[in-house]
Amino acid sequence: MSGTGFFKAVPALKREGGSVSIRIDDRACTVRAGLSVAAALLEQGAVRFRRTPVSGAPRAPLCMMGVCFECLLEIDGVANSQSCLIEVRDGMRIRTQDGAARLASMTEGTAP
Amino acid sequence: MGQVFDCIVVGGGLVGSAVAYGVCSAGGTVALLDEGDVAYRASRGNFGQLWVQGKGRGKPPYAELTKAAAMAWAGFAARLEAESGIDVYYRGTGGFWFGFAPKDVEDRAAMMEDIGAASGIPYRMVEPAELRKILPRIGDAVVGASFCPLDGDVNPLYALRALHAAIGRGGGRIVNGAPALAVEPAAEGFVARTATQSISGRRVVLAAGLGNPALGRPLGLDIPVSPLRGQILVTERVEPFLPVCTNKLRQTPEGTVMFGSTEEEAGFDDGTTHAAMVKLARRGIETFPMLAQARLVRHWAALRIMTPDGLPIYQESRSHPGAFVVTCHSGVTLIPVHARVVGPWVLGRQDIPALLDHPVFSASRFDGKRGPR
Repeated sequence: MSGTGFFKAVPALKREGGSVSIRIDDRACTVRAGLSVAAALLEQGAVRFRRTPVSGAPRAPLCMMGVCFECLLEIDGVANSQSCLIEVRDGMRIRTQDGAARLASMTEGTAP
Repeated sequence: MGQVFDCIVVGGGLVGSAVAYGVCSAGGTVALLDEGDVAYRASRGNFGQLWVQGKGRGKPPYAELTKAAAMAWAGFAARLEAESGIDVYYRGTGGFWFGFAPKDVEDRAAMMEDIGAASGIPYRMVEPAELRKILPRIGDAVVGASFCPLDGDVNPLYALRALHAAIGRGGGRIVNGAPALAVEPAAEGFVARTATQSISGRRVVLAAGLGNPALGRPLGLDIPVSPLRGQILVTERVEPFLPVCTNKLRQTPEGTVMFGSTEEEAGFDDGTTHAAMVKLARRGIETFPMLAQARLVRHWAALRIMTPDGLPIYQESRSHPGAFVVTCHSGVTLIPVHARVVGPWVLGRQDIPALLDHPVFSASRFDGKRGPR
């Protein structure tokens, strides 16, 4: 498998469970079924999941168990999704997330 | 051991830390006793507003105290950052109060006029049409607003860290995990006793929030405070849309949106309730409808420290001179005053400052009429 080495799939769990097709930033790819989105992206070699809203620093998953909020992605149009807690589904559309979530029809106000 | 500090401050929250920082800055030696993580920690649960508008109607000294604090904040924050290395994210943006019923807006205008006339608090009422130009996403439920340019916000958690860091760098001693069991008069002033040690000081300041009543009684200080619970919601980080503080919503520099806050008599229960969550969320969405799409990430409660009339107490004990009580429920807004005015006073560098020398701030205003609870 490719990947950055920080996380490794446990060999005993690499069972044959079929595969699903997803899109990552408009790139079609096929990943193992049953993985979390975060694990699937790591297997695809992703090293940057998002940029932070404050400093723009690059981020990637740290805990893989729903605690650290570093793995946030836009998944099927929903920003700030914790990708380590969401299982890949066929046809899923995933986008790396730069900065804060944009709520629909948001417009910045001006100072009075 | 054997050191006698110029001042002992009991209470490591924002009030006590600001006073202790002020004592350090005025050249005094200080020991700050912090109860620890078992404490109710209003300082770590609050909303982070610097709020002036609407305070002190019929009590001009309170409006003026608050105004003095607000006007000092910009310079104070810069100085605190220089001395602590920590940016507290001070923003003097001004603030909006939003009205949801015409009668409320009328009452608001009358109140702001009163306070403006008595204390010179600047403000203006903002009509819905202008409000929609300033905040295009505001909901139709908002039918009027008042704006005060003195309002703003800080990150209260960084403020507490910065004060502690500055106290440490200034030679102060912070004693963590040290609930004060008692403060007693002693030959050289006062002794504060914890489970494991005794700390001596020429003077002592009680800034222990809801712990003050028990500590004050033996020192001749009657401190009628009781808890008033406030619950707060916070959302995920979203793109900036709210460039000013408001009375019930604020967007932090990081992008989270805080929804505050309830006022509940719940004794010492600092738990959260579903009913409050619904109420806060509903009001937030009425104010900015697109917040319905934002996800909440946390919900917590904290206990305000309230006197029966809501105003602070700044009082030196008559029976035990050198023992002071400082308590308020605006521990964030008033930080600069607590550092620069209260600090030198409790250190004995000056008599009670004019800003504080008013019957409305004395503990004796409650004599013979203890508050609810």
